[in-house]
Amino acid sequence: MKTIYFDNNATTQVDPEVFAAMEPFLRDMYGNPSSMHHKGGEVAAPLRQARQKLADLLGCAPEEIIYTSCGTESDNTALWSALRAQPERKHLLTSRVEHSAIYNNVSLLRRLGYRVTEIGVDKYGRLDMEELRKSLTPDTALASFHWANNETGVIFPVEEIAGMCSERGVVFHTDAVQAVGKIPMSLSQSRVDMLSLAGHKLHAPKGIGALYVRQGLKFSPFMVGGHQERGRRGGTENVPYIVGLGKAAELALRRLPEENSRVRDLRDRLEEGLLKIPYSIVNGDREHRLPNTTNISFEYIEGESILFHLSSFGVCASSGSACTSGSLEPSHVLRAMGVPFTAAHGSIRLSLCVYNTQEEVDFTLEKFPPIVAKLRALSPFWKDDGPAESALLTCDSDNCNLCG
Amino acid sequence: MWEYTDRVMDHFENPRNVGVVSRIDAEGQVGSLSCGDALRLTLQVDKDKDTIEDAKFQTFGCASAIASSSALTEMIKGKTIDEALSITNQDIAEYLGGLPREKMHCSVMGQEALEAAVSNYRGVPIKSAQGELICKCFGVTDAEIEKVVKTNRLTTVEEITQFTKAGGGCGQCKPKLEELLALILHQAKTPESPAKPPRMTALRRIKLIEEAITQEIAPALMRDGGDIELIDVDGNEVFVTLKGACASCPASNLTLTDFVTEKLRALVDPNIVVKEYRA
Ligand SMILES: Cc1ncc(COP(=O)(O)O)c(C=O)c1O
Ligand code: FES
Repeated sequence: MKTIYFDNNATTQVDPEVFAAMEPFLRDMYGNPSSMHHKGGEVAAPLRQARQKLADLLGCAPEEIIYTSCGTESDNTALWSALRAQPERKHLLTSRVEHSAIYNNVSLLRRLGYRVTEIGVDKYGRLDMEELRKSLTPDTALASFHWANNETGVIFPVEEIAGMCSERGVVFHTDAVQAVGKIPMSLSQSRVDMLSLAGHKLHAPKGIGALYVRQGLKFSPFMVGGHQERGRRGGTENVPYIVGLGKAAELALRRLPEENSRVRDLRDRLEEGLLKIPYSIVNGDREHRLPNTTNISFEYIEGESILFHLSSFGVCASSGSACTSGSLEPSHVLRAMGVPFTAAHGSIRLSLCVYNTQEEVDFTLEKFPPIVAKLRALSPFWKDDGPAESALLTCDSDNCNLCG
Repeated sequence: MWEYTDRVMDHFENPRNVGVVSRIDAEGQVGSLSCGDALRLTLQVDKDKDTIEDAKFQTFGCASAIASSSALTEMIKGKTIDEALSITNQDIAEYLGGLPREKMHCSVMGQEALEAAVSNYRGVPIKSAQGELICKCFGVTDAEIEKVVKTNRLTTVEEITQFTKAGGGCGQCKPKLEELLALILHQAKTPESPAKPPRMTALRRIKLIEEAITQEIAPALMRDGGDIELIDVDGNEVFVTLKGACASCPASNLTLTDFVTEKLRALVDPNIVVKEYRA
């Protein structure tokens, strides 16, 4: 069975060119760049070149990049650095739809006595900018808003937020784990202070991430240790992976136009085709969205069961349903958008990349409608070709927290 | 990805007994769309023999919810009502070759739908749906939890969540779940009322006081840099000295009266009076 991989927002396949670039560093070129001998010396130049390539993709200076182990580490580094570097400020401003790498810090911060404001979104996942503006205070240590949402692909007006923050002297961090390689960026011309990325979302392997820190910004390290990364992140450099990320950045920069034309067209074709299925809705702002992502709810059925059927045809996707979120509630992103429960549990995210083809899209469009029909035929909420009137739509508990 | 057995995948991909029976003699509905899974079970019953002639289901939910519903209908067809009622959620899971722990609530949903259908058939209220609502997020009562804890021999709150979903939403009910679990486990451990303690002799009382101080109270005080020494016991009066941080602490009187007295009263005798002995 051929694999059709439409789950590139979860992780991506390592590009063969990336693998080839890394291989010498997993074999003969094993030196530690800090060592004062030729084995150390021979990795210095490749390391420097790799950093330059990533800087080219971001449009920043190579010294502004700190390598980390993953997107989560980058996010945590940015958050805690801002709080530690400005101990007099006790307020964090963020949104309700961030990735858990930021989101799950919120309750911890509150317990530690910080004030946290989480800005809400409308039903299209668009940020309430007025609320955001009002919530920036002299006490705000950090404003952290993702560039693009991993579940819906919705893009936040990052430049505008960065401008608002800079006018008020507030440090601004953006989690761009989903945006890097899909949206052109030029950080030296922007007012973004810190930016997180993860290699495995752009065809580098898992285990490498990076944090951009604007030159001159006060910084406090998260991983305290050696002098690596100019004393801003201890730990012997992960040479093979840094080289791999460099290659991936080079490829991503070259593929940006394709990502925003051919991949976008494929995504649109897939989305339009799936929307022909009755009672299906796109979740998120279709105008301001990553070119590779669509998130569609198929009402009255549950996401995990759709995924298993898709998988039996080789098609890989993901869902925001409770059964797949690792918790018992549907995704906090869809809930923040107010997606009704009839739809939240049946949401499917398809995220493409430059490896995908029109044949794959068409094959999926052929297999998808019968899967939905089969599951609806099983569903107590479905009758013939429309929703059934059912007592089970919401639970009978009067003050159920879920149904609100 | 969940590791489902081949039987789960088989019942998911080829569900048996989908739909509604042609003559509905009994009907059970559990779960809801908002909770993420729901099951409607209908039965056709041979009233003379009290036997389930036919069973069909409609399920909204994940692969294991669909497989559990399908398995349930296969298991109860041809059984008498009483036989069917003796099926536990464990039996459903076993029929499928096991379920991941996090998915055990699917088997519980199957069992509850059956119970609801039988109650509907017999015209009696559903037992486990009665009782106090413990988890508002998923509408779970103490009666349901008690039943699941007992049939599956659960020992942690995490397991209660895996089996009933209770606690898996906002988490506000977790302290209540802790309490309830402790209560259920305690009942299970001490079926008869505990034997009456023998009348306390002076020697026994002193021993208990000593134990309480060295094992419970002193370690607690030491954690804050203090210490306590037992000087004498006279009837209900206990004389102690406080050392280190406690003695110099302005709140040391409070520590003594509130903390030591409370502990000794709880552990030894409610009539104890603690006095600080100053040399
Ligand atoms: C928006 C966003 N931020 C952060 C992360 C975390 O990245 P990682 O899994 O590499 O730590 C992800 C990955 O899913 C993401 O999509
Ligand atoms: S009340 Fe139980 S999880 Fe919210």
